[in-house]
Amino acid sequence: MPKWLSPTLLVSFFLASFGLQVLLASDSDSVEINFIPVAIFGLLGFTVALYVISRVIEGVRKATDRLVTIMVSTAFSLALIPLLSLAYTVVTKGVARFDAKFFTFSMRNVVGEGGGALHAIIGTIEITGIATLISVPIGIMAAIYLVEYGRGTVARLVTFFVDVMTGVPSIVAGLFAYALFVIFFGPGVRMGLGGAIALSLLMIPVVIRATEEMLKIVPNELREAAYALGVPKWLTVLKVVLPTSLAGIATGIMIAIARVIGETAPLLLIAGFTASMNYNPLNERMMTLPVFVYTSYANQGVDMQAYLDRAWAGALTLMLIVMVLNLVARLISKYFSPKG
Amino acid sequence: MTDTKPRAVRRLGDIVFANLAFFAGVSILATLATVAAFLFAQSVPAFTGPPIDAASEGFFSYVLPFVFGTVYASVIGLAIATPLAVGIALYISHFANRRFAQVLGYAVDLLAAIPSVVYGLWGILVLAPFLSPTFNWLNANLGWIPIFAGQVSATGRTMLTVGIVLAIMVLPIMAALIREIFLQTPRLHEEAALALGATRWEMIKMAVLPFGRPGIISAAMLGLGRALGETMAVAMVLSPAAVVSFAVLTSTNSNTIAANIALQFPEAGGNYTNLLIATGLVLFAITMVVNMVARWVISRRAEFSGAN
Repeated sequence: MPKWLSPTLLVSFFLASFGLQVLLASDSDSVEINFIPVAIFGLLGFTVALYVISRVIEGVRKATDRLVTIMVSTAFSLALIPLLSLAYTVVTKGVARFDAKFFTFSMRNVVGEGGGALHAIIGTIEITGIATLISVPIGIMAAIYLVEYGRGTVARLVTFFVDVMTGVPSIVAGLFAYALFVIFFGPGVRMGLGGAIALSLLMIPVVIRATEEMLKIVPNELREAAYALGVPKWLTVLKVVLPTSLAGIATGIMIAIARVIGETAPLLLIAGFTASMNYNPLNERMMTLPVFVYTSYANQGVDMQAYLDRAWAGALTLMLIVMVLNLVARLISKYFSPKG
Repeated sequence: MTDTKPRAVRRLGDIVFANLAFFAGVSILATLATVAAFLFAQSVPAFTGPPIDAASEGFFSYVLPFVFGTVYASVIGLAIATPLAVGIALYISHFANRRFAQVLGYAVDLLAAIPSVVYGLWGILVLAPFLSPTFNWLNANLGWIPIFAGQVSATGRTMLTVGIVLAIMVLPIMAALIREIFLQTPRLHEEAALALGATRWEMIKMAVLPFGRPGIISAAMLGLGRALGETMAVAMVLSPAAVVSFAVLTSTNSNTIAANIALQFPEAGGNYTNLLIATGLVLFAITMVVNMVARWVISRRAEFSGAN
């Protein structure tokens, strides 16, 4: 089958489908052209035509091969479309309020226009920072236990339950933090620290998994060389194994942070909603960026557009933070991991 | 001549460090036990305390529509996501240009990094209006199929939109997992198939897919587990009603447990909070069962598949 046939068929069927839509639309009163049917019918027509022609010229097996290639490529394009649409929407709608005022004001006394997300950003940094401080030591030590010390039932139980923990829904983590704090502070408690505990419940399994993988990659010869030189086990782990896998562990931690920084549900439940700055995680409600985005959309005031603009600007900030974290994680992994 | 075996020297540092590591490991078990215990303790007042208006007919009749909504939305999302994830993984591992394959992998991983609240915003402000004409068309022309029947929603905030958003959210994780598995297919099998004259699809059908089947199943179950717990996207996009409804195009949809908690909890007081925590416990149980089955499926075929 000549090389130019396939692309030519593709283009011609899309054009034909578009032309058909125009024809049908001009018949009735409405002028709107819906692009989904155009795309679907064009693609269908192209697939059928290509299959039939290929089957006639090249045979059944080749024709099936071409059919599958079309299906797989379609699946891939279908996945890319939402990503592109999302990125485009967030960027175009987010820049409207992506100004200095957004990053230097809170929402205190603001009804309608103006205001900013400073209280949310500070809250996110504090809560995620505390969550990291809680999760990283526990996560790394637990991973060291699983890789270096764990033999037998306890280790198998721990591995199994770490897997279970990875599947805990974020809202259940928030409910747990609430249940924990209700015991000490009574019902209706809202506290930044509770948000940090809920987030660390979500972070710990990710940190453990990543650290475990990195520790397992360290070659056994390194450990045995240290033992042969008389280094005790705890010094071997601290000074030989950990530094070797540090880059990978740092990558895992960054990815864990990127995962929890966008969590809304647990923070909605336990850290709450406020319009003012709150630097103290032990005292009352603390605003966080994902909750800010959600409440800006859900509790719109009279001036709807201002709230929506703030929501999109918050979404853009959140996406940028997450992408920067992922990028830094990949760069750390690429430049600092031991080679050879 | 001694007959005692030489004993290893146990230094203080070793003992301290080993115990620290052990306690860190055990703390995982303790944490999960505590989560279950506290959630249980907080749910009990919903059953023993004064009756709540919302649950006037008993707990199970209150939670049943939510369980149905959770499972239904996740199943729709999974039904859309699984073939797409397999297709994407196949494309990146076997069809794409070598140079593009890594870039494309990054692009799909980017989808995984986007927070769910952003998906919710996009879902309700962009996707729902975009799909609304299609829903009208589906209802008008295919309305005889039961799931497409009913009064079409004017805003597009339907179960089908939620299913699509869930599918997009779950897709990157599944695609990444399945891609890893497809890349671990033994080269020898692939080359042998090609050497015998198979086309690319036949090679995939003979060598890649059978090898990857348990991995695909486990990826699907993990995706299901994730979709079951998804809160914000559903809370923002779905227009809920306290019914059990199979129709996917209407605006009276069963809400999911997680979205219900997110919507009601901030304003709830007294026993209603305990009722919501009880529904959270139900959700925890469901996701735990799904995850355990997924892990069991992986472990059963661990030696044959690359899905470790």
